[in-house]
Amino acid sequence: MTAATATQRTGAGSRRWGLPAGTFPAGLRRCAVPLALLVLWQASVGLGWISTRTIPSPSQILTAFWDLTVSGELAVHLLVSLGRVSAGLAIGVSAGTVCALIAGLSRRGEDALDALLQMLRTLPHLALVPLFILWFGIGETPKIALVALGTAFPIYLNLFAGIRTVDAKVVEAVSTLGLTRGELIAQVILPGALPAFLTGLRYALGVAWLSLVVGEQINASSGIGYLAMTAREFLRTDVIIVALIVYAILGLLADLIVRVIERRALVWRPAFIKE
Amino acid sequence: MSHTLSRIAASQSTIDKPVVSVRGLVRNFGNGNVLDGLSLDLQPGSFTALLGRSGCGKSTLLRTLAKLDPAPEGTVQLPEERAVVFQEPRLVPWMRVLRNVTLGLRRPDAEARGLAALAEVGLSHRARAWPLTLSGGEAQRAALARALVREPRLLLLDEPFAALDALTRMRMQGLVETLWRAHAPAVLLVTHDVDEALLLADRAVVMADGKIAADIPIPLARPRRHGDPGFIALRSRLLAELGVDEEHLAAREPQRTESRAIGVKPGGYGLPAGAAAAPSL
Repeated sequence: MTAATATQRTGAGSRRWGLPAGTFPAGLRRCAVPLALLVLWQASVGLGWISTRTIPSPSQILTAFWDLTVSGELAVHLLVSLGRVSAGLAIGVSAGTVCALIAGLSRRGEDALDALLQMLRTLPHLALVPLFILWFGIGETPKIALVALGTAFPIYLNLFAGIRTVDAKVVEAVSTLGLTRGELIAQVILPGALPAFLTGLRYALGVAWLSLVVGEQINASSGIGYLAMTAREFLRTDVIIVALIVYAILGLLADLIVRVIERRALVWRPAFIKE
Repeated sequence: MSHTLSRIAASQSTIDKPVVSVRGLVRNFGNGNVLDGLSLDLQPGSFTALLGRSGCGKSTLLRTLAKLDPAPEGTVQLPEERAVVFQEPRLVPWMRVLRNVTLGLRRPDAEARGLAALAEVGLSHRARAWPLTLSGGEAQRAALARALVREPRLLLLDEPFAALDALTRMRMQGLVETLWRAHAPAVLLVTHDVDEALLLADRAVVMADGKIAADIPIPLARPRRHGDPGFIALRSRLLAELGVDEEHLAAREPQRTESRAIGVKPGGYGLPAGAAAAPSL
């Protein structure tokens, strides 16, 4: 939808400048500015206008990427990072979901949990790093705990709100159909809260990478963050940039996965039906 | 059809055990009684219209009969097989139409019955559709099928046509009459619309101040027409019971088809059923 609108706008624009809209394919027109910047970047570094200490050229970054890939170093660190994020996410999402179910489905659960979690939520979880190091040492535990803590709250908040905002009229109508409470929860309330849960999951994935970046830059001996930190000691800006790009790609992929899940799970929404 | 009609006639002539029996029902919402010692019997297979001004307690009564509201004082006897159709369709958006219809139906042939019910309301072709893609009339027909498939002995209709456009409303009224004749549940129709009550019901019950203010039989032959002398006479009587001065309305008569709920303020569309009386939690 957005892409289509953007293309139309570009088309109208090029007509205004006297260029027929069909001269270049739409994809190429949209890539033109980033490509031009890339060429400018490469030229600036190549001509010595920018020091490679500040930022290496795109070709140098590609070379570093290639070297790290061939040596297997990148794969090792990537797997370690992915492992940490997965473990942390699994714990955080589970904990957030369980708390949201308890608080969302019963008034007593809400009384017991909600105020406490709302208080903890306001604490920036990354500020807990020093405490986590004292508690859990410098191994894997503090890093996973950091991811888990960061991801539990977006899941809790969104799922709790989702459960509580399921259309009360629909629930009332369904309650006249003779469903048990378990069936009502499983078939009506939880599917109704799913869109909110998926929104929470997207937030959680963003927080997970953020927590990982912070966690891996402190006392790590492996992972993408470690790769970037050791590169700093050897002034390898190219490797640092590679690490940044890997983080960006991972974030994009994670978002893509949730979008695919949304598309499959929320087919009943008119926005998805029309496509 | 004719044998169904004679069966209804037979069930009404003999003094059956009522399918619904309400005695001394009291419901209090803090500032006065919404239901104030109300008593009402519904015979099997009868079609009763429940009329009254906004806030008279008719929606609260219907919600009590649907077991959506408690009955703290008084006795309420109800059949197990009950079904409700609300002003809004209230379908579950993430279940296809057929699944909505069969929801909670515990029998091996649920799907076949669901399809049969959808066929009866003329919605077979939409069985696999998502509810949010249905038109208002289609969604309300799906809600009717969801009620029908339960083979209710008591069918509660809470202003089911109020949110529909005039043409769709007329078709839905015809459909409800057909379905009632075919399945003969006891129907309680809450409505603001005197004409709708006279078109469909055998009996009009007018509520005021939490009690039954008038209980008027409607012995008109079917199909009924607005212009029939009997219809007009009963219409005057019902409007009088509702406290509407017909002479005063004479000037507005030509607008009758546009706004048929004369004299009784239509409850705000989009408000939950019973919102006038029941504070939503």
